[in-house]
Amino acid sequence: MIKNAMTKLGLSLAVALTSIAPAALANSGGGMPPANTRPDNIAQVQRGAKLFFNYCVGCHSLQFVRYSRLADDLGLSEDQVMQNLNFTGAKFGDTVVSSMPAADAAVWFGKAPPDLSLEGRSKGPDWVYNYLKSFYVDHSRPLGWNNVVFPGASMPNVLWEMQGSQHATFEPKQKKQEKCSGTPAEGCNNGVREVEVCAEGKTEIDGKCLVHLEVAAAGTQNAQQFDETVRDLTAFLQYAAEPAALQRQKLGAWVVLYLAFFTFLAWLLKKEYWKDVH
Amino acid sequence: MATSRIQRAVSGLQEWFNYRAAAFGPMYRKHMSEYWAPKNFNLWYYFGSLALLVLVNQIVTGIFLTMHFKPSAADFAPGISQAFASVELTIMRDVEWGWLIRYMHSTGASAFFIVVYLHMFRGLLYGSAQKPRELVWLLGMLIYLVLMAEAFMGYVLPWGQMSFWGAKVIISLFGAIPMVGDSLVEWIMGDYLPADATLNRFFALHVVALPLVLLLLVVLHLAALHEVGSNNPEGIDIKKKKDANGKPLDGIAFHPYYTVKDLFGVGFFLTICAFVIFFEPTVNGWFLEHDNFIAADRLVTPAHIKPVWYYTPYYAMLRVVPDKLFGVLTMFAAIAILFLVPWLDRSPVKSYRYRGWISKVALALFAFSFIWLGKIGAGPGTDPVETIVGRVLTFIYFAFFITMPLWTKSDSTKPVPERVPAHD
Amino acid sequence: MANEGVNHGRRRFLTATTAVVGGAGALAAAVPFIKTWLPSAKAKSAGAPVQQDISKIEVGQMVIAEWRGQPIWIVRRSPEQVAALASLNSRLRDPESKNTDQQPKYAQNLYRSIKEEWLVMIGVCTHLGCSPKFHGEIKPEPFDAEWKGGFFCPCHKSRFDMAGRVFQGVPAPTNLKVPDYHFADDKTLVIGVKPEGAA
Repeated sequence: MIKNAMTKLGLSLAVALTSIAPAALANSGGGMPPANTRPDNIAQVQRGAKLFFNYCVGCHSLQFVRYSRLADDLGLSEDQVMQNLNFTGAKFGDTVVSSMPAADAAVWFGKAPPDLSLEGRSKGPDWVYNYLKSFYVDHSRPLGWNNVVFPGASMPNVLWEMQGSQHATFEPKQKKQEKCSGTPAEGCNNGVREVEVCAEGKTEIDGKCLVHLEVAAAGTQNAQQFDETVRDLTAFLQYAAEPAALQRQKLGAWVVLYLAFFTFLAWLLKKEYWKDVH
Repeated sequence: MATSRIQRAVSGLQEWFNYRAAAFGPMYRKHMSEYWAPKNFNLWYYFGSLALLVLVNQIVTGIFLTMHFKPSAADFAPGISQAFASVELTIMRDVEWGWLIRYMHSTGASAFFIVVYLHMFRGLLYGSAQKPRELVWLLGMLIYLVLMAEAFMGYVLPWGQMSFWGAKVIISLFGAIPMVGDSLVEWIMGDYLPADATLNRFFALHVVALPLVLLLLVVLHLAALHEVGSNNPEGIDIKKKKDANGKPLDGIAFHPYYTVKDLFGVGFFLTICAFVIFFEPTVNGWFLEHDNFIAADRLVTPAHIKPVWYYTPYYAMLRVVPDKLFGVLTMFAAIAILFLVPWLDRSPVKSYRYRGWISKVALALFAFSFIWLGKIGAGPGTDPVETIVGRVLTFIYFAFFITMPLWTKSDSTKPVPERVPAHD
Repeated sequence: MANEGVNHGRRRFLTATTAVVGGAGALAAAVPFIKTWLPSAKAKSAGAPVQQDISKIEVGQMVIAEWRGQPIWIVRRSPEQVAALASLNSRLRDPESKNTDQQPKYAQNLYRSIKEEWLVMIGVCTHLGCSPKFHGEIKPEPFDAEWKGGFFCPCHKSRFDMAGRVFQGVPAPTNLKVPDYHFADDKTLVIGVKPEGAA
């Protein structure tokens, strides 16, 4: 009886956890294609680290990531890390600072490029993955690039040599009748109002609707290769946001197993004592 | 031979101890081996001991976190405070196992509210607030109130975006008070916005003052309970039928019967908690919010600002009321009215098992409104239909309490048996 | 509550098993808490090996470097100072450096160093943690008429020779400690890392 009740409670808690979780927050990347990264795929994270230190560290720091920790977690030697990933002359135990002074950055980009230590957690891997794939040429922007996932981003597409230059096709908004309540002065005639919206599922950017993105001038990688590149980089940022994830997942199964065994013993003990109770 | 020597040593030690602390033996008997608890506790009765377990967890992990945390809003690096860096760099990365202690603490905070909400609902379900347990209920409600303050201040400490803006919004609520509001807000913050001074005083309150108050209240809550004895799912007063020695016929010794039973509950509960800690510590933004992984920026408000899940029912009430002062009053009234339950419940029987259908529907409606309000409070709050729904639910929430004396008195009841049937 | 027919053996066994398994779990859970007190990655980074340029140090001169917050003495000993070491053996507590806690194996020799010329030592008295003073010259000193050069602690009058070996009859119990070190090249000393291949 008790056992049944506990099982039911456990099940309902598990169901509750999993059912509320997806509904959680707007910025968890809802509706985007998933990044499908695996932070425990060390080879992927290693490739991503290399990309990060070649393309990103010029502007973005990782104030919470130490070179020494990178070596430990990614299975690299001190020399490998210091020669391939350290371009600022930092010490092995130092954290990763960008090579660009923040003050210059603020002048060049309008604001200092953010630190990316926790980007993989605050924005989530899906957002990072889609953001990096969604740059397109836009001559109205100061640096000539805009982004579908983050319209008005101040950052140019630093991966364009690989991706090629991507162009966006837009269509105007469509007129649609919408039910409303209010006076004609508020634009509501006989309970109907005319509004301009983008068709279902199409993103609105600067008052236009995005139809699709396509690579106009090919880069050094094809679409599939570039997809892998971005995925590697995302995996690295996801790792960097929580290096402890590697440890906790490894240990977790054992802790849960131990506790389940302990619970079983406690259940036997309880049953034994409760033989007295009628 | 050897056994008898050991036995003699043990009894000698006991004698030595009893002579010097004569009150300990009776105290142990009163609260453990001769605390007669009804034999029919069910699932709902695990949550009290689990709350105690979580409290211990919060204190132990909290002590270890203070060893590495720096309550300072000063710059660690441009745009990153010492406090934020001490959590996200020192504790989460530099200190060995720091991440585990932090996740135990953050998961514990949410787990605390889960078990406390279930524990409170149990009280409503079985009429545990009724005479003679009014004091137990009142002390419990004080614990809940202090716990909310404790959790709020703890949430501010990492000095992330949600910490900062959450603090700003919640402290601003006090600005709704006429006349003194604005100066009160400045007094609470010690500055013109949440700043270093705010962080420091919240740290002091979170790690010293409020835990002391909580511990005291918990001791009083248990002491008050053990004076009158535990209620049970049947709502039967087991003290009415006693054997020749004065032991209730339907009571069993808390130790060993409920200690072993609670031990099983603890094991089960820890297994679930361990799963969260090791595999999904943020619970996708419910236990640790995504925006709190961004250092506080006093110039940029996060797009979606809302409190942690355990406050969202009240936050929803605040948002659906169109007037600032009235919204704040509604929110505080929603908590205050809970204190009155022992006097609002006029039912001649305790447990809902013996109450009529009106009571059952009313309680279900209340639980439903609380949960749905929680869902609305966690959302963006931009949907006008949802606002109307929220107002209806707020009305149901208050109507449940305000009309309680009427329907509890007039609702039909079933006769309560004198003895507890076989245990669940 | 009927207590007859209770299987006491099973009850004791289950109680003991649960207690042992639970106790083991509690002990295991204590380990992470205890380990949070170990030097953090930041402390380790600050305590990382340090390099010292030794090309400018003259014969008989001492330079003090800092490693893990402690003074590290680097002395370029003169041939006379080196030669005097063996003559002191009878006056020392542990002339052959048998206490292996006080120096790495590769420095367990008469000179307590890798190269005869170079003394590298943690400048902290093994008595109560003061930093002894350098008295390098071979000349009678107020505290020792037959002084052959070495270190004298002003706190409690402990004396050490030019290899950091402690004299008899002073409060310090053991020789001064030699840190791990090696020579990266002729000019560079690295403190905190043992020579390649050394145990």
